[in-house]
Amino acid sequence: MSPDTIAGMYELLDQVTGYIYPNEIEIHWSILIVVYPYVTGLVAGAFILASLVKVFSVEAVRPTYRLALLTALSFLLVAPLPLLLHLGRPERFYEILLTPNPTSAMAMFGFVYAWYLMGVLLLEIWFEYRRDLVVLARQHDGRWMRLVHRVLSLWSSDISEAAIRFDKRAIKAITLIGIPSAFLLHGYVGFIFGSVKANPWWGSVLMPIVFLMSAIVSGIALVIFLYMVITALRRQPIDMPCVDTITSYLFYAVIVDFSLEALDFIHRLYQSEESVKILARLISNKLFMSLFVLQILLGMFIPLGILIVAKSGKFNEDLRKLMYFTAVILIQLGIFSTRWNVVIGGQLFSKSFRGLMTYKMEVMGIEGLLTALVLLALPFAILFVLVRVLPTTRLEEQAPRALPHAAGD
Amino acid sequence: MNKRDFLKGMILFFPAGGLLELAREAHATEGPAAAAPAASAPAAPATNGKASGIGKAYDAGSHFYGMGIEVDKCIGCSRCVEACKAENNVPAEPFYFRTWVERYSIKKDGEAVVECINVRGKHAGDRVEDEPDVLRTFFVPKLCNHCANPPCVQVCPVGATFATKDGVVLVDGTRCVGCRYCIQACPYGARYLNPATRTADKCTFCYHRLVKGLNPACVEVCPTQARIFGDLKSKASRLVRFARMNKIHVLKPALNTEPKVYYAQLDGEVR
Repeated sequence: MSPDTIAGMYELLDQVTGYIYPNEIEIHWSILIVVYPYVTGLVAGAFILASLVKVFSVEAVRPTYRLALLTALSFLLVAPLPLLLHLGRPERFYEILLTPNPTSAMAMFGFVYAWYLMGVLLLEIWFEYRRDLVVLARQHDGRWMRLVHRVLSLWSSDISEAAIRFDKRAIKAITLIGIPSAFLLHGYVGFIFGSVKANPWWGSVLMPIVFLMSAIVSGIALVIFLYMVITALRRQPIDMPCVDTITSYLFYAVIVDFSLEALDFIHRLYQSEESVKILARLISNKLFMSLFVLQILLGMFIPLGILIVAKSGKFNEDLRKLMYFTAVILIQLGIFSTRWNVVIGGQLFSKSFRGLMTYKMEVMGIEGLLTALVLLALPFAILFVLVRVLPTTRLEEQAPRALPHAAGD
Repeated sequence: MNKRDFLKGMILFFPAGGLLELAREAHATEGPAAAAPAASAPAAPATNGKASGIGKAYDAGSHFYGMGIEVDKCIGCSRCVEACKAENNVPAEPFYFRTWVERYSIKKDGEAVVECINVRGKHAGDRVEDEPDVLRTFFVPKLCNHCANPPCVQVCPVGATFATKDGVVLVDGTRCVGCRYCIQACPYGARYLNPATRTADKCTFCYHRLVKGLNPACVEVCPTQARIFGDLKSKASRLVRFARMNKIHVLKPALNTEPKVYYAQLDGEVR
């Protein structure tokens, strides 16, 4: 225990308003636990966008299908890191996998994560890319890239009609299982918070559903962002029908998300339980900026307004691109604030319902801002490598561009 | 073995492991029934010849511990807090407590001013009693409630926190991973992260003393006997007598945690 930590806690003590239980001065779930649901939300949202192509046959969003899968994978690989770094004894993390407590929601993490990574995402990506990997391995001149593609294809070489048909059927089946799995992955994170009866800010049956909807919002917004950036970097034209379609989905997802959160808010206010006074003080004192300004105004109302204006049909493509781009960035900001308000907000009031605490974020420490930023940047680095190895457009679609609707299922 | 056989084998292997585990668990729950948590249950004392006491083998199954607190007897001397910190090596800083004492001052307009007298905050030493608008004041000792339906045990991902047969909720510091879900789940703020071990920590009812037939340190030092410790399974227990002689209440009963720290003369303002 360093003297700095102790001095910091005395400082926090001076900022307490009202009464808190003495052990509550320390905020236990830090910014890393804000990053965790944010990242898994992006995974679930990106996957659900990808499955629109396969299950609901929304052909317009096909140009983003592979990108969405790779985005989901990049973020899923990073998702356990904030949890691991946050543990008091990270070297014992394997205990969660070896001796999980069956009554603990958190203990299910290993199973849900492993299932989603191995049973859904990697399988679907493998079947989607198998043909291209075989072809690429044959085309390559360089020995290394050939080896990489051979290994990634798991040394399969069959690209007969029958094999490709099987791949397509497998992808469809995996996506069908994948959608409920994606719901499980993120709904489960919501359940970790929603099931804490000691905390009235968290304990709500709506929590998993709110988490899920905000996950869909953030995942879709991220894929749009990445698609626009990557096409710009490659100096390729943006497929406007595709972006127009996805932003429509995004628009409806934001509306549903907002309605659910509004319902939760009104329900709490109307029920007016024991905790209502302290929660009112919480949102008006501690969360005013992050809840009303960042989450609701900048993260929801303004992007919704931008999308409505953009959809009014009076603007050319360039202006629409700019508006969509602004909207998706604001939405990311809003969803990150949503996670902040849940995780940090839930720890800023005493369970005696009599006082408020303060969270002072570290900057350099292992649970500090810098670690959080690195963890948020890491998926983009992984994605950068992934899109180099795995083409985001099917090989057969690459040669004559602008034929995105050619290959049906 | 070719690739196809290997994959088939894997597909069978993992679910089979899961089924075995389920079968094992189903078997385990059919086994010894959980100890009845009801305070009024006239459970039989030890029938196997073992009793508590120094020198004899300790049989956890024949005890079920709880604590009684007579609010009106507490004078706020904080000796319990000091004894607890010394006995259990609790960090001295005022952010780590296994037990603490709260002071309540209820004003004439109904406003309740609460303070933990063991934390030297901004208003330390303020003499609230002298204010003319005070209606009543009292002290309330707090500690882990050793709930019979403990949310901390439910949420611990690795099973490091557990309830013993004799009704004490403990943390296995060698297994705890420090995720702090238990701290979030405790409605009473009874847990902290021990800065030395980086694991969850809390009141143990001085379990190391219990098994020797001794009282917890806080009970031992209380000069007014505001804290009463006892075995709910023993008819001769002071706690059973306390429960018979007083109207008792527990903290936050609506959360269904079934606390085993029973308060007499508890004010409705106390949460």
